[in-house]
Amino acid sequence: MTVQGSLQPAAGRIGDVVMSARDVAKHYGAVQALKGVNFDIHRGQVTTLFGENGAGKSTLMKILSGIVTPTHGEIILDGKPVVFANATDALAQGISIIHQELALAPNLNVRDNIFMGREIRTATGVNFAEESRITRELMAELEEDIDPLTPVEDLRLGQQQIVEIARALQANSRILIMDEPTSALSASEVEVLFKVIRDLTAKGVSIVYISHHLEEALTVTHHAVVLRDGMMTANAPRSEINLEWIVRNMVGENFDLGSPPESEMGAPALVIDDLCVPDRSGQGNAVDHLDLSVKAGEIVCIYGLMGAGRTELMECVAGRLKASSGAVRLMGADVSRLSIAQRIEAGLVLVPEDRQRDGLVQTMSVGQNLSLASIGAFTRGLFTSRGDEQTVIDTSIKEVTVKTDGGDAMIGSLSGGNQQKVVIGKMLATQPDVILLDEPSRGIDVGAKAEVFKLLARTAQERGLAVVYTTSEVGECLSVAHRIIVMRRGRISAEFDHTVSKEDIMAASGEAVHH
Amino acid sequence: MADITSTSTGSGGMNIGKILLEGRAFFALVAIIIVFSILSPVYFSVGNFLIMSSHVAIFGLLAIGMLLVILNGGIDLSVGSTLGLSGVVAGALMQGVEIPAAGVILYPPVWAVVVLTLCLGAFVGAINGVLIAFFRVPAFVATLGMLYVARGVALLMTNGLTFNNLSGSEALGNTGFDWLGFNRIGGVPIGVIVLAVVAVVVGVTLARTAFGRWLYASGGNERAAELSGVPTKMVQISVYVLSGMCAAIAGLVLSSQLTSAGPTAGTTYELTAIAAVVIGGAALTGGRGTVRGTMLGAFVIGFLSDGLVIIGVSAYWQTVFTGAVIVLAVLLNSLQYGGKKR
Repeated sequence: MTVQGSLQPAAGRIGDVVMSARDVAKHYGAVQALKGVNFDIHRGQVTTLFGENGAGKSTLMKILSGIVTPTHGEIILDGKPVVFANATDALAQGISIIHQELALAPNLNVRDNIFMGREIRTATGVNFAEESRITRELMAELEEDIDPLTPVEDLRLGQQQIVEIARALQANSRILIMDEPTSALSASEVEVLFKVIRDLTAKGVSIVYISHHLEEALTVTHHAVVLRDGMMTANAPRSEINLEWIVRNMVGENFDLGSPPESEMGAPALVIDDLCVPDRSGQGNAVDHLDLSVKAGEIVCIYGLMGAGRTELMECVAGRLKASSGAVRLMGADVSRLSIAQRIEAGLVLVPEDRQRDGLVQTMSVGQNLSLASIGAFTRGLFTSRGDEQTVIDTSIKEVTVKTDGGDAMIGSLSGGNQQKVVIGKMLATQPDVILLDEPSRGIDVGAKAEVFKLLARTAQERGLAVVYTTSEVGECLSVAHRIIVMRRGRISAEFDHTVSKEDIMAASGEAVHH
Repeated sequence: MADITSTSTGSGGMNIGKILLEGRAFFALVAIIIVFSILSPVYFSVGNFLIMSSHVAIFGLLAIGMLLVILNGGIDLSVGSTLGLSGVVAGALMQGVEIPAAGVILYPPVWAVVVLTLCLGAFVGAINGVLIAFFRVPAFVATLGMLYVARGVALLMTNGLTFNNLSGSEALGNTGFDWLGFNRIGGVPIGVIVLAVVAVVVGVTLARTAFGRWLYASGGNERAAELSGVPTKMVQISVYVLSGMCAAIAGLVLSSQLTSAGPTAGTTYELTAIAAVVIGGAALTGGRGTVRGTMLGAFVIGFLSDGLVIIGVSAYWQTVFTGAVIVLAVLLNSLQYGGKKR
């Protein structure tokens, strides 16, 4: 359990297969997250997993790190099949995972975080001096000048990541799984991280790396594995591949997600003028002087990586986040000062990104969820009219084709795709002029995805609705959207019509050319 | 109770889970009545039921206000103190309000006393609501503070003493305060009728008005409700105002029943009210619960403790029994809701 032990070269030759997954599958109910994947981790090398959202990367990582047990298949560690009871068990065998959302206690200092749950105990309590000494050694090893007694909340995100890595090293990890480690880091912090990764591999630690920044990942990886729809579609060493190879294998042949409807475009329905939204730290701008105009009947797709400011833009336009400057105009009228409810009344609605947290009321039925935003439409005097409410519900169920009978079922009994249709139906029932959808395809299967996009195309065409949706999957840009906007760091970095290629979109987002 | 429960039924969304959940409180009530009727010959009579019901009225009124707050996902610990303060203020008004500048003592008529007391309850609730909704003070802390403040003010007003003369006098035109506590209509105590009216009004509000739907939605998922255009802050403040008003009504009924208003009246009643709501199947996390269930919960507690008194069990044992019933109810609730989770 000492530092020296953890950083000594592990036994065996660099490049040997140290851990592998054989035909691993995972089902969540009827949903197949992973459909039989073979995957090798090489000693002292970096293996990068590529794939779009929902391709199964996270599930595979969770299986390798013992958080999830596979429905089928086996894990082989050092040539012997193993079954992890839980994450602690995997950790004991030398496998650590660093999640995208760091798992540190912000109120504790660096030393206590590193030794959390593994304190060096003595007869009289904890040997803090020894813990501090080891922490200092780890920090020196990682070339990061952090005092062991600094509270973690005072550290920059990049430093917090270093603390996570130190914690993994302290636990004697020889396999380190990193899920999107660079998504929140600055360019210089990425440099530091990559240097740490190279040092670790030189010492025999094997790294599994997940990233959406393709080119960045290519600079550090030794092997590339591409997942798509729960299957491994390609697998090759770094020397044999390039960016184009990854994109081709990631996106693959598309499921038909529809094409832009031939709707009659009217006057600008939504105009965003020089909009700024402060980011969470309050120092920078999540949305940075952004201008956008969307016509009635038009469908606009906003593509961007995580942290590009898409969600902030959507939430600000819908009225949940305050803008620091700029204006939002709906059918010519300034709605910047209106509340969410007033904006809905005026005809501007949002289908939020996180359907469980922001979209649905789990304690209510399907029907009550559908009618929630349009209660005024079936209130007669003081009381709601059951008949009129049922009409609203039935119309919505038919319009968005929710598979349910009459709306009395609890919302939790529906599949993800049908739940998403309920959220969309709820907002459409308010008879809006503009509908914003933040990642409408998140967490729903391909069939439901296609239905959602067809629904958007139909409403834009029939009702003359202006539709704005965001996505982080490039395949979805080239579906029903007339226009594709690429966002990067709070600004519009490019604008395309629907004939653009996937590669151009990805390049404009910073996905392909980064740092 | 039959007519009340049927009018305050939840909307069309009936399902077996709900029926079972509320059925539990109902079966408990039936069991309590049967057991005590066997143990004591005087328990099972209309007269006794009405007396017990008038005791239940106090807790029941508090519990209805508490239900609204709990449906919103909050808690109101101040209702017992608000009840006490309301009684004291009503008592003080009955003694006459001296206006030194004009050199006169005003004796407001009883209706004015009632209205002013209700306003007081609403005011206390509004302070809670604003603290919670706009200043983001946790409901537990805000109402805990109000528990102390309201009780302290009641003690200050009376210097710890009790107003005993609440009947007013013919000459001053302020008689009739004891009507609330003593009179009966068709044999039913006014307090019970007040409870029934409040229960029906709140029940219909929950089931059939936009406000009711907003309350269930914002209690179930405040973020989703807000994004659907529900004025969540207004709803949040309203439930505390309504809870304060329910406490004020309960304070009026109690001081009228006792024909005295003491500053320590209603101490720990907030806990009984919470217990009634929980026994009635409401979820402390918000979004689930009905007036019908809460009424059953209030009657379970009231009929149980009065029954224990009637058969001569010591007050200490009563406390033990009540506690056990509460824990059992929550245990069953969490089994029920736990099973619903995916």
